[in-house]
Amino acid sequence: MRKNYGKLYTAPVLLWLTVFFVIPGLIIVVFSFLKKGLYGGVVWKFSMEAYRALFQPAFLKVVLVTVYISVVSTFLTLLLSIPVAYFIARSKAKNILLLLIIIPFWTNFLIRIFAWIAILGNNGFLNHFFISIGLFPDYIQLLYNQYAVILVTVYTNLPYAILPLYVNVEKFDFSLLEAARDLGATKSQAIFRIFLPNIKVGIITAIIFTFIPALGSYAIPQLVGGADSYMVGNIIARELTINRNWPLASSMSVILTLVTTVAILFFVNMKPGRTMTRTAVQAKAKV
Amino acid sequence: MKGSDLKIKNLSKSFGDTQVLKNISFRVKKGELFSILGPSGCGKTTLLRIIGGFEDPDEGRILMDNQDILELAPNKRGVNTIFQNYALFPHLSVYENIAFPLRIKKYTDGEIKEEVERYLVLARLQDHIRKYPSQLSGGQKQRVAIARALVNQPNILLLDEPLSALDAKLRQHMLIELDSIHDDVGITFIYVTHDQQEAMSVSDYMAVMNKGEILQVGTPSEIYEKPVNAFVADFIGETNFIEGKVTEVGETTGRISVEGLGVLTVDKDCPINVGDRVKLTIRPEKIRITKKEPVFATNPEQFNVIKGKVDEVIYTGFQSKFFVKVNAKYLFRLIKQHVKYYLDEAPISWKDEVFIWWNCDDSYLVEVSAS
Ligand SMILES: Nc1ncnc2c1ncn2[C@@H]1O[C@H](COP(=O)(O)OP(=O)(O)OP(=O)(O)O)[C@@H](O)[C@H]1O
Ligand SMILES: [Mg+2]
Repeated sequence: MRKNYGKLYTAPVLLWLTVFFVIPGLIIVVFSFLKKGLYGGVVWKFSMEAYRALFQPAFLKVVLVTVYISVVSTFLTLLLSIPVAYFIARSKAKNILLLLIIIPFWTNFLIRIFAWIAILGNNGFLNHFFISIGLFPDYIQLLYNQYAVILVTVYTNLPYAILPLYVNVEKFDFSLLEAARDLGATKSQAIFRIFLPNIKVGIITAIIFTFIPALGSYAIPQLVGGADSYMVGNIIARELTINRNWPLASSMSVILTLVTTVAILFFVNMKPGRTMTRTAVQAKAKV
Repeated sequence: MKGSDLKIKNLSKSFGDTQVLKNISFRVKKGELFSILGPSGCGKTTLLRIIGGFEDPDEGRILMDNQDILELAPNKRGVNTIFQNYALFPHLSVYENIAFPLRIKKYTDGEIKEEVERYLVLARLQDHIRKYPSQLSGGQKQRVAIARALVNQPNILLLDEPLSALDAKLRQHMLIELDSIHDDVGITFIYVTHDQQEAMSVSDYMAVMNKGEILQVGTPSEIYEKPVNAFVADFIGETNFIEGKVTEVGETTGRISVEGLGVLTVDKDCPINVGDRVKLTIRPEKIRITKKEPVFATNPEQFNVIKGKVDEVIYTGFQSKFFVKVNAKYLFRLIKQHVKYYLDEAPISWKDEVFIWWNCDDSYLVEVSAS
């Protein structure tokens, strides 16, 4: 009998995940149930203090703001990405357009955020432009608020939404839209009843790729956000570095991880739950 | 009475430099099953797409019950199409596919159920309502497409080679079904195909197209028996062509001299003059074959008799197809029906010397060019 060594091949990945993901994760969970050390660190004594502290209105408000910013930016990202994916899939210059989508990745994430500061800042391009054409007498505050955070989040997420959407739009049979029109649907009915349902997998993937990272945002609100746009990630960093309350930072992280996990499970379950297609059944039968 | 009358007037369409439709005109009467027949790439789909509203013509008009419909959007035309690939909605079940036009029209669930069920029965799909298109066979998909189009109660149904994806046997079967559905619903059908037998067996009228032009419009038998040119004769069924020069013109017949065959008698299907070059078509089933030289009791001058040698025989039970070689240029195809018990005969076989003959009434002059 041949031995099955298949599982052995997963060992490196398992090791990697254990060392760099599971163990740190467990440490965070353990820390969240301990007492805070005076100058950072933890005191090895069981305590629920860190969780009790979460119920302060201030923290709950930050959670709400985080969810709000994530939802709005995900929605806007989708709104912009679907037409772009449609356009690319129907265009003759697909490869060039896809390349253009990917090019921003060649620049470091932080540098791209700083580029936005250069555009939106009080001395930035936009304000210069507005003043030079006489639209406004003086600069207007574009940075350090929720809008700036949403704008930059949408900007950074666009490629992550466009690419999975493109993959699905590309597979879509556009003659179905004509069939829908033929059967009496208006253009928008054809889009909403035929096109969107058929690229559902792409939409869900795009949501997962944009909503989940947005929940865990740190750099963007830190650099272009203000008092109204503190997100959970910023508070965790503050507790860890400034207030030196490691258990509280840990309990917040645990909550954030839970929320994220629930969100992922929710979206993954939205993927086609309907009966397996005939080809899938046949493919399975062959195995 | 349901159904609409459709008039196509001087329709032309180009894609870039290539003219795909050239001055197309024809009329389809209310309730007719009209088929458009032509080789692949001749512009059939383009013509249907223009009627359906998915493409704009460069010139021409389309009148439905005497109203110009070119300005109307596809969803306002009262025309439904069965697309070449069916275009079923993959994310909807059979039931919901058929219900789609009704949901658009905002029917209530009760009304939808009633209507959809009626067409499920008509298309014999009752056992498949919960399936998704990817779980259906080709014939079932096609029936869903038909039911979905009919539930909308169009005045005209356009069918773009609906049977091309099916195997020969199922095609026969679906064709009969389509024909009976046409009889049931009584609306106008415009049926596009490149299969001449399919077209002939169901159509009231048909149009033969080639390279973007309509060559002939008529009943199937008119087109089969009186093709307007050699292309139509050849495209609609098998045939034999003979080219010759007119040597004599009589009251109802003429004589032509054919290189390699001698002088033949032809019916004067159209005006001819001595010296004209003509092309004659004679269908395989109209040529007779015997081993002995035939003797004609009446009107022997009406018959053309040619001597040849059997090149090949294809026996198919109810009939045999013969290829008879007369000379290097002329290889005649002909069909003999076995109306008697075949094994009692002395069958004609390969390499036999035979006589083939036909009545000049049975050939048809397809082309005449004055010298
Ligand atoms: N959108 C288009 N752009 C350019 N050329 C086209 C377009 N659509 C069709 N054509 C050309 O027009 C001609 C007619 O095409 P059409 O699809 O109408 O043929 P058809 O008769 O339906 O053929 P088939 O029997 O193969 O379906 C073809 O030469 C085709 O290449
Ligand atoms: Mg076609």
